[in-house]
Amino acid sequence: MAASPARELTQNPLQKIWEPYNNGLPAKHSAQRGVCMTNCPTLIVMVGLPARGKTYISKKLTRYLNWIGVPTKEFNVGQYRRDLVKTYKSFEFFLPDNEEGLKIRKQCALAALNDVQQYLSEENGHVAVFDATNTTRERRETIFRFGEENGYKTFFVESVCVDPEVIAANIVQVKLGSPDYVDCSNDEATEDFMKRIECYKNTYEMLDETLDKDLSYIKIMDVGRSYLVNRVMDHIQSRIVYYLMNIHVTPRSIYLCRHGESELNLKGRIGGDTGLSLRGKEFAKSLAQFINEQNIKDLKVWTSQMKRTIQTAEALGVPYEQWKVLNEIDAGVCEEMTYEEIQENYPLEFALRDQDKYRYRYPKGESYEDLVQRLEPVIMELERQENVLVICHQAVMRCLLAYFLDKTAEQLPYLKCPLHSVLKLTPVAYAGCSNTYRGRQTEQLPTTLLLTYTDMIRADVSQDDWEFFLLLGEFPKAAAKIVKRG
Amino acid sequence: MAASPARELTQNPLQKIWEPYNNGLPAKHSAQRGVCMTNCPTLIVMVGLPARGKTYISKKLTRYLNWIGVPTKEFNVGQYRRDLVKTYKSFEFFLPDNEEGLKIRKQCALAALNDVQQYLSEENGHVAVFDATNTTRERRETIFRFGEENGYKTFFVESVCVDPEVIAANIVQVKLGSPDYVDCSNDEATEDFMKRIECYKNTYEMLDETLDKDLSYIKIMDVGRSYLVNRVMDHIQSRIVYYLMNIHVTPRSIYLCRHGESELNLKGRIGGDTGLSLRGKEFAKSLAQFINEQNIKDLKVWTSQMKRTIQTAEALGVPYEQWKVLNEIDAGVCEEMTYEEIQENYPLEFALRDQDKYRYRYPKGESYEDLVQRLEPVIMELERQENVLVICHQAVMRCLLAYFLDKTAEQLPYLKCPLHSVLKLTPVAYGCKVESIFLNIEAVNTHRDKPENVDISRPPEEALVTVPAHQ
Repeated sequence: MAASPARELTQNPLQKIWEPYNNGLPAKHSAQRGVCMTNCPTLIVMVGLPARGKTYISKKLTRYLNWIGVPTKEFNVGQYRRDLVKTYKSFEFFLPDNEEGLKIRKQCALAALNDVQQYLSEENGHVAVFDATNTTRERRETIFRFGEENGYKTFFVESVCVDPEVIAANIVQVKLGSPDYVDCSNDEATEDFMKRIECYKNTYEMLDETLDKDLSYIKIMDVGRSYLVNRVMDHIQSRIVYYLMNIHVTPRSIYLCRHGESELNLKGRIGGDTGLSLRGKEFAKSLAQFINEQNIKDLKVWTSQMKRTIQTAEALGVPYEQWKVLNEIDAGVCEEMTYEEIQENYPLEFALRDQDKYRYRYPKGESYEDLVQRLEPVIMELERQENVLVICHQAVMRCLLAYFLDKTAEQLPYLKCPLHSVLKLTPVAYAGCSNTYRGRQTEQLPTTLLLTYTDMIRADVSQDDWEFFLLLGEFPKAAAKIVKRG
Repeated sequence: MAASPARELTQNPLQKIWEPYNNGLPAKHSAQRGVCMTNCPTLIVMVGLPARGKTYISKKLTRYLNWIGVPTKEFNVGQYRRDLVKTYKSFEFFLPDNEEGLKIRKQCALAALNDVQQYLSEENGHVAVFDATNTTRERRETIFRFGEENGYKTFFVESVCVDPEVIAANIVQVKLGSPDYVDCSNDEATEDFMKRIECYKNTYEMLDETLDKDLSYIKIMDVGRSYLVNRVMDHIQSRIVYYLMNIHVTPRSIYLCRHGESELNLKGRIGGDTGLSLRGKEFAKSLAQFINEQNIKDLKVWTSQMKRTIQTAEALGVPYEQWKVLNEIDAGVCEEMTYEEIQENYPLEFALRDQDKYRYRYPKGESYEDLVQRLEPVIMELERQENVLVICHQAVMRCLLAYFLDKTAEQLPYLKCPLHSVLKLTPVAYGCKVESIFLNIEAVNTHRDKPENVDISRPPEEALVTVPAHQ
């Protein structure tokens, strides 16, 4: 293969990526992503009895993959069943000898697979998560063949749990509020659901080290006490395994806030590395008091390596860890400018940024897209940890928040993260409200309960995304409204 | 707990880290590392029959952990045995009823544990890798108790393999050349070693899902086909598991080179984002020819997102992937300056850099230490991949090379990575074979050695004495 004449390179004005340029048009070039995540689409297949956390894992994994930039969608077969069979009567629907039930359930599975195919083969999806019990080898073979026929790599995720306490807790957390049991008492629902689980048990064939030795899978045992991992085939499967091995279900809260108001904030200048203004220092003291009163067990405190976050943390009087990757987005040549100065000196850049704020990279700087990539280890460690307070910056906080609240790339750069506000994120399975979403009855499974506390010191509030109360009187006696995020 | 008055912050001049400042002295502050890797020391205990890759894994893991900044040391009990029993006679030393042999072997294990304790408790080591067969539950309990008594977290790494081909290949690669068999023929050595393995088999008690359910461990089966992971306790164990699950032993080569000579290189200026000089373009064509002639199977090509590496890759005529994390070290305020200009405008910075080039961070820029952290995903993906060509930059290449060649933080920033040379790295036995191929296109030298005088009050000529020639 002779060396072809080198093509001309031009730098794409939005992302500042150098691309080859053929006859006046950008030529197709390789992925500029760190690594080509998916060469062919991946089909993740959940496996496990009811109430083993399959949907919890599906949703969380989908959220993570989308956040790191891998288009992912989950397909919950139970939802297809609810759409088809409008009213759920009882566990008898799931009896292994209920011909009608079996027929409908198979129909739903096939409808879901059909949508999977649409998503992966026609809508540029990279990963589909097929969320159903898939407890028989026969069903899994059907799905595997489907994957092969369509050129997908199949990866199984099995959740095995025998601890009756865990299962009981799952039922309370997610099943009692399910649309299936909307007219039942808790006791009736629990009783019916336990019988539903029994329907599956007799035909359950776990993934087997010998019989399934050629499949790619991870078997999660006892909510993550141990894992069996078999034949990881590629990068995305390796990342999925790493993620699944780091998440946990221990109750905890994550607190996110920005540094206190800085000198440059006051001047309307972006970036830089200045210290706190007087009001910023006041905020730091208020934050200390707030954290104190929250009485948080074993709180870890993380800051960036910029002076303003560290100054804020100093006021807490507790140890903190500095992470360089939590530094604010690098505005490159625009560092320390006001928006007016950017408009005056770089009007094209300013316009490009407004056109696609997520992908826009400052000259000699970064984009939100770059930020997400550099924050991934923070998210991974947040998943491992329990109670953490992250004192960071506006763009950084938007990225982290987008992960927890499942916001899209388009929404992310516009998330409201005002100064002097603390967001307390508590993962919950279920917030106890009704479950109608867009007219469809869904098994609502919000993943984050969000409480917002805002300091009266700087009331920078105009909210579309969420509501919160301004604190009346002394901070931090919060009368914050709980907002359910779905 | 009342909020204490905020301490003053001062920015450490070398690393540009903001630290609290008490009475004129920097106060102790939390780790500035991404995450406190190790709260208490970790003892990694290898488990497995001979020729199962324990030492291979030990050495590789140690190298990785040291590179990411976790002080780690391996302790090979076989080496202790060789030091004690000067000459190895035969497999009979390892017979389970050889009283003398058992006594010596236990003595060696205890001597090694003693050194582990010294390293972890007195020498600021964070991780110790205890490399021995550890095939009985009794031995493992002894070690676990030792760990508990000393406040170490113990993590077992077991390698289980029954494939006779893999075992035979291991024997050929690492055992035939062992000091134990220096006077034997290959056949004699193989025969003896097979009998040595037999000595262990009868007493081998694998880590068991039930009996050992409270231990933290990873069981690696069939060279990574599958893994059983139990009770990962903390961050460092999670990273170790991730690393072990990504490495493989399939033969392959990694090619590292810099972009072709750039316009700024010619002028002796650092950083920036310029294109290739004429000679740089020549190099790109030579590189294409070289790669062609190497006839590499399924070669992946990676570049940074800077024009000069992409221009270089373009000449190859094959698909390539751009990684932003492969971008050259950010020299902050010194970007596009010559060393002379840095000396003139920032003499203090220039001196600090010479004092500790690894940890030195440019104002509004990066340090080598920062580079290593941002390159970690590249290393992880390189471990997963097979044949790869990485077209990068001087500082970046030094970091990657230091990982493969197990160089220290002190050596790393001075590794020689000249323009227009390709390094071919091929893993072999416990290390890495390096071949350096200069593609015969002249280029400027960009390597600046550490000058003798690194004092901040040094005269400019002494600061600039090692600056290479440029336009």
